[in-house]
Amino acid sequence: MGIAAQLLVNGLIAGGTYALAAIGYSMVYGALKFINFAHGSIAMVGAYIAFVLFSLGGIPIIPAFLLSMALTALLGVLVERLAYRPLRASPKLASLTTSVAVSFALDASVMMLLGAEIRSFRLPMQRTFQIGPVYLTLVQTVIIACSFAFMFGLYFLLTFTKLGKSIRAIADDLLLAEISGINGNLVIAAVFAIGSALAAAAGVLIGMETNLQPTMGFMITVKAFAAVVLGGLGNVYGAILGGFIIGIVENLGAWYISPVWKDSIAYVILILVLFVRPAGLLGKPEDATVV
Amino acid sequence: MSVLQVDNVVSGYGSMEVLHDLSLAVGQGEIVAMLGPNGAGKTTLLRTIFGVVPPWSGTITYKGEDISGVPPERLVRMGLAYIPQEYNIFASLTVQENLEMGAFIRDDDIHPRIEEIFELFPDIAERRKSRAGELSGGMRQMLAIGRALMLNPELLLMDEISTGLAPFLVDAIFERVKELNDQGVTILLVEQNAPKALQTSDRVYIIEGGEKKAEGNPEAIAADEEIARLYLGRS
Ligand SMILES: Nc1ncnc2c1ncn2[C@@H]1O[C@H](COP(=O)(O)OP(=O)(O)OP(=O)(O)O)[C@@H](O)[C@H]1O
Ligand SMILES: [Mg+2]
Repeated sequence: MGIAAQLLVNGLIAGGTYALAAIGYSMVYGALKFINFAHGSIAMVGAYIAFVLFSLGGIPIIPAFLLSMALTALLGVLVERLAYRPLRASPKLASLTTSVAVSFALDASVMMLLGAEIRSFRLPMQRTFQIGPVYLTLVQTVIIACSFAFMFGLYFLLTFTKLGKSIRAIADDLLLAEISGINGNLVIAAVFAIGSALAAAAGVLIGMETNLQPTMGFMITVKAFAAVVLGGLGNVYGAILGGFIIGIVENLGAWYISPVWKDSIAYVILILVLFVRPAGLLGKPEDATVV
Repeated sequence: MSVLQVDNVVSGYGSMEVLHDLSLAVGQGEIVAMLGPNGAGKTTLLRTIFGVVPPWSGTITYKGEDISGVPPERLVRMGLAYIPQEYNIFASLTVQENLEMGAFIRDDDIHPRIEEIFELFPDIAERRKSRAGELSGGMRQMLAIGRALMLNPELLLMDEISTGLAPFLVDAIFERVKELNDQGVTILLVEQNAPKALQTSDRVYIIEGGEKKAEGNPEAIAADEEIARLYLGRS
């Protein structure tokens, strides 16, 4: 019982970071209808920006974290402007392929600038709390708090603000949105900014809990992609749900089945769900056929 | 003076030319109807006017200003509005949010205008919190019109708003169109329902194969056996 509760909480922690990363995936798919495979690498860059500011630049962790989110948002906007916007009218496969190239370019840039070795934030706050049978480190508590805070913020933005409504409007129908007077390019830029900032948050939190490597983006992409498809392409709340399910199932599976299978479990679940619900848990059927 | 003037416009998709040197004009306060068979290029003309499809050549002027190729976002600010033939509502947004998007460019309080639209279409007022995709066909079209009216446009382009609706709804919608026109909105509409269009409009253009085949007042067009047989699907 105790162990199950601990695994569940561990799953929640991992799931929170997957969910944060998956949000940007889902939002970009919503706006532009392609899967941005560079998203994991954007998260990786976010983690490294915070690392450079904090560990090398001596900036306290909270400002370093927030600054990394802001700078990564800018990076996301830049990538959209330079790499994806010129391809907007082309087949989606062109954008998808480009996103793979962007991903490699980002990984290589970080490797060149900072080396391939494993880095760590070395946070001096490994204090542990006990809640019933569950143990949590301070970092883990921060991860849970941050991921819920950001998700709530996103819900608020999408539901109650003009920008949020316009983000949903362009995801629904970009042409009709432009006909209504919405500046599509501006809203798409906002989507990339928000998605990339949340990816940076995911990257930093993953970096704090484990460590940093220039190739960590690939693992984030793999998990976030599974979360997005599991939850239903284009549905942000589905992506969040998918992230948590994958985090939890992974942790349970690693313990009860074998740690060797930890990373495959997400995909086993994904495939099983897609058999029953091709559009994912919360997805619309018409999105199931779109790459 | 014409509010809208289309002069020798050529446009199409990719390398396929759809509109061949097409000209028409819409005067202040008019309801002008465009009729013609499927694939005639009626939708393409509205898209070209509204900056969705770029014109290959020719000019489009609105109140004396060249608007050829001007993007929709700017046209909206100039007082134009467009109800597309398909996908004319945000299905995943609520009814009220659809109207809010119609006034996206306004930064002041739009709620009074939303209430005015709800007074015009009381049926959708009761559904303001429903997702637009859950509405019936007639209510969808009312919402589509409502969205386009949010900014009090001077010129309204409407593409087949009555298609697929029951006759009583067609009548209701055209009554609204008449009322809007009485309030000063100039209207260019495309219609499949030729009798209804002839009954509602001040002037009619017959389009086929991307060309203008005839123009005139509804009585003259209706009386022309040749036009009726060739383009309006009657014999
Ligand atoms: N997005 C598009 N891409 C390529 N060709 C198109 C596109 N839309 C329309 N066409 C073609 O352009 C021509 C004119 O189509 P358009 O939709 O303007 O006709 P329409 O008069 O509005 O017909 P309908 O009464 O069926 O609505 C047709 O041959 C059509 O197949
Ligand atoms: Mg048409």
